[in-house]
Amino acid sequence: MPSKRGQAHFVAELEDTPVAPLDRLDESQKARSTWADAWDSMRRRPMFWISSILILIIAVVAMFPTLFTQVDPTSCFLKFSNGLPEAGHPFGFNRQGCDVFSRTIHGTQASVTVGLLATALVTLIGVVIGSLAGYYGGWLDAFVSRIGDIFFAIPTVLGAIVLMSVLPAATPTSVAFVLSIFAWPQIARIMRGAVLSATNSDYVMASTALGVSKFRILLRHVIPNAIAPVIVIATVSLGTFIVAEATLSFLGVGLPTSVMSWGNDIGQAQTSLVTSPQVLLYPAAALSITVLAFLMLGDILRDALDPKARALR
Amino acid sequence: MSLVLTENTADEFQGAEQPLLQIRDLEVGFQTQRGLVPAVRGVDLTLYSGQTLAIVGESGSGKTTTAQAIIDLLPGAGKVTSGQILFEGRDLTKLSAKDIQAVRGNLIGYVPQDPMSNLNPVWNIGFQVEEAIKANGLAQGKEARARTIQVLQEAGLSDAADRLKQYPHQFSGGMRQRVLIGIGLSARPKLLIADEPTSALDVTVQRQILDHLGTLTRDYGTSVLFITHDLGLAAERAEQLVVMYKGKVVESGPSQEILANPQHPYTQRLVSAAPSLASRRIQSAKHASAGDAVIFGEGSLDDTLVARAADRENAAPAQDLISVQDISKVYRIRKKGLRTDELRAVDGVSFGIQKGTTTALVGESGSGKSTVAKLILQLESITTGAIEFDGQDVAGLKGKELLKFRRRVQPVFQDPYGSLDPQYNVGNTIAEPLLAHGVGTAKERQARVKELLEQVSLPWSSRFRYPSELSGGQRQRIAIARALALKPDVLVLDEAVSALDVLVQGQVLNLLTELQTELGLTYLFITHDLAVVRLVADNVCVMQKGRIVEAASTDDVFDNPQQAYTQELLAAIPGGNFQFGR
Repeated sequence: MPSKRGQAHFVAELEDTPVAPLDRLDESQKARSTWADAWDSMRRRPMFWISSILILIIAVVAMFPTLFTQVDPTSCFLKFSNGLPEAGHPFGFNRQGCDVFSRTIHGTQASVTVGLLATALVTLIGVVIGSLAGYYGGWLDAFVSRIGDIFFAIPTVLGAIVLMSVLPAATPTSVAFVLSIFAWPQIARIMRGAVLSATNSDYVMASTALGVSKFRILLRHVIPNAIAPVIVIATVSLGTFIVAEATLSFLGVGLPTSVMSWGNDIGQAQTSLVTSPQVLLYPAAALSITVLAFLMLGDILRDALDPKARALR
Repeated sequence: MSLVLTENTADEFQGAEQPLLQIRDLEVGFQTQRGLVPAVRGVDLTLYSGQTLAIVGESGSGKTTTAQAIIDLLPGAGKVTSGQILFEGRDLTKLSAKDIQAVRGNLIGYVPQDPMSNLNPVWNIGFQVEEAIKANGLAQGKEARARTIQVLQEAGLSDAADRLKQYPHQFSGGMRQRVLIGIGLSARPKLLIADEPTSALDVTVQRQILDHLGTLTRDYGTSVLFITHDLGLAAERAEQLVVMYKGKVVESGPSQEILANPQHPYTQRLVSAAPSLASRRIQSAKHASAGDAVIFGEGSLDDTLVARAADRENAAPAQDLISVQDISKVYRIRKKGLRTDELRAVDGVSFGIQKGTTTALVGESGSGKSTVAKLILQLESITTGAIEFDGQDVAGLKGKELLKFRRRVQPVFQDPYGSLDPQYNVGNTIAEPLLAHGVGTAKERQARVKELLEQVSLPWSSRFRYPSELSGGQRQRIAIARALALKPDVLVLDEAVSALDVLVQGQVLNLLTELQTELGLTYLFITHDLAVVRLVADNVCVMQKGRIVEAASTDDVFDNPQQAYTQELLAAIPGGNFQFGR
């Protein structure tokens, strides 16, 4: 029986299956770090370029509003109240008779400042506290985590409303501070988790056994390997801080009406919402586009920095 | 694309017995951002009913992809680009999703590789087996439950009825693999594909499982397609062998014949690197020139394998460099409430290592061998006992003294994917211990990195590489270079070659032997693989449940094992006594 179905001993032609040197390093390829890899994957995505260009434009508008409009946003004439668009005033006028285009452009600065500043603060506090708690553990972790939980239990906007209403004259900086007081636990939690898993990795144990000091391991190995998810969340939260500022200003506890911001303009527009909705439309659209741009960027960053997604490429 | 249909192809075989499975010129590619990457390139394979066929090859050779293509389980980006997979004359590549579903499980069973992740942790075992039975339409309702118990009993779980309600975490690895085999065979398929079914298991468990699988498939007349990296297993369990390399079949035919007399250079290489009980300790070949040419240039490892133990015995007995005296490690495991349980991971272990020798610590998972390594490395503190290094008690060293000890005793860990920081390039990784101990100037450090890269046969240009760009073997060589940076006396190698393919493993073992002769290193070699021990160790300590059950010279342990446990371990090595043609 075996003879009938026995299979011949087949040997492939050597030319067809050349045997390569064992485990030789391919020197022709370019070296690739995680970040180079992430950049490589991001730049292939049109969404990355769209969101980056949007963010760039928003940044330029925030820094140099006068490049985009010569009209003074504070010179308002009641005769133009709720006026429709006309030459030189493409977005029309609001109830006070101020130029909506000019106000939207000039409002960018306050909104973006709050967003950037709050994100920077939250990331700084969150990364420091999260990594110390996750890395050193013990009572420090327990203590910090409970404090974080307390703040976590207070909705950011609600907490900010309470705090803002007792603070004197609000500025973009003070709004950013107040928001970050209530928003850092989210970043700290994420950082703590990422640090925990990085701390338990073999390369940390290897470094310990090599005699590298504990704090040096935290700085050189743990944090660089744990920071990626925080970057993603920080990018996304930048948009939410801008929304939060708008919410506070809309409710009248944020920036004072003397400071131009999208939130203030949206708040003022509600009085004439039915008669002239275009007054609301423009600052709201500016807000949405800004938030969307950061959300998009965050999404792309997530894809680029996610090791699982990277492995598939 | 050929439009030859199944009837026609079947006709070609009139007269001869029709093969159960015939793969013809199969090509499988993966769609990536950089285009279609071929993974399987023109594979031919024939399997008759009742036969067992093994596909062997290193990782990335396309063996698993071939198996996945048969039952259309290729991962997302993969697809069959050409060729035929004829199963009982039907071309499986042309079946619709619904038709292939009827083939899966019912006609072709599948046993996946990793028993730890292939059972769903949120469902109990009974549910998962019953699900398979119902899905294959074997039985419904009460009958399905009875069938579940029967299937599990046949798979070797005698108390199946009582354990249906238990969850996967309550089963050991071997028992989970039995469950998966039970699921795979539940519909009495004609073909069972077993993808590395036992590579995650200890050798003794592996042997039981394979014996049982052999009995079952013989009883049912099932054909088995094994995917394995273990030539010994293939020699012992499979009649037919297919050797794959870079997506192509380089040699196929009767397994014993191929392994005894390999023809293709790749197969020859593979066979010569396969460690077996018949191997001898690797002797340094440092008289020859460096590089790949040395390592495999002589044609086979055996040319350089000479027993060295005899020379050693003649030499004057030196004082032990490391002396471990009656050490224990007790872990406290939290139970319900405030109660704790004691787990004695290491229980009164004593041994000594002489300078310049290799001592292997062998045992199955949970035997406490890795814990011993961590205790010696001072990564964990011992509960009782003493560890002396070069005459000095090292337990409880602190600050400067500990740093000094770390300079002299360096580790190399198991997982070459985990032990290197993915954000660090090779140059920085190797220089890290130098930096941490404040050795030399930046220039001197660089010179040392260059020297170390040479020692592990990696080009100077590799210093800019990141771990993700390197193969497992290359990473492990980097880990060795890093460990050698401070010119230590001792390397603790914790399963340092276990994750590597056999060829690369041979290469790294050669490298380690070379370095030992060159630098007078002392090794503590921790492994579960007795065949590897034979290649590198002068002395062996066999561990079981935290204790050393047998300690002797390597030759003594292999030629004349005293303890039943050691004998069992040796007997369980697949194809242990097969004489590979070298």
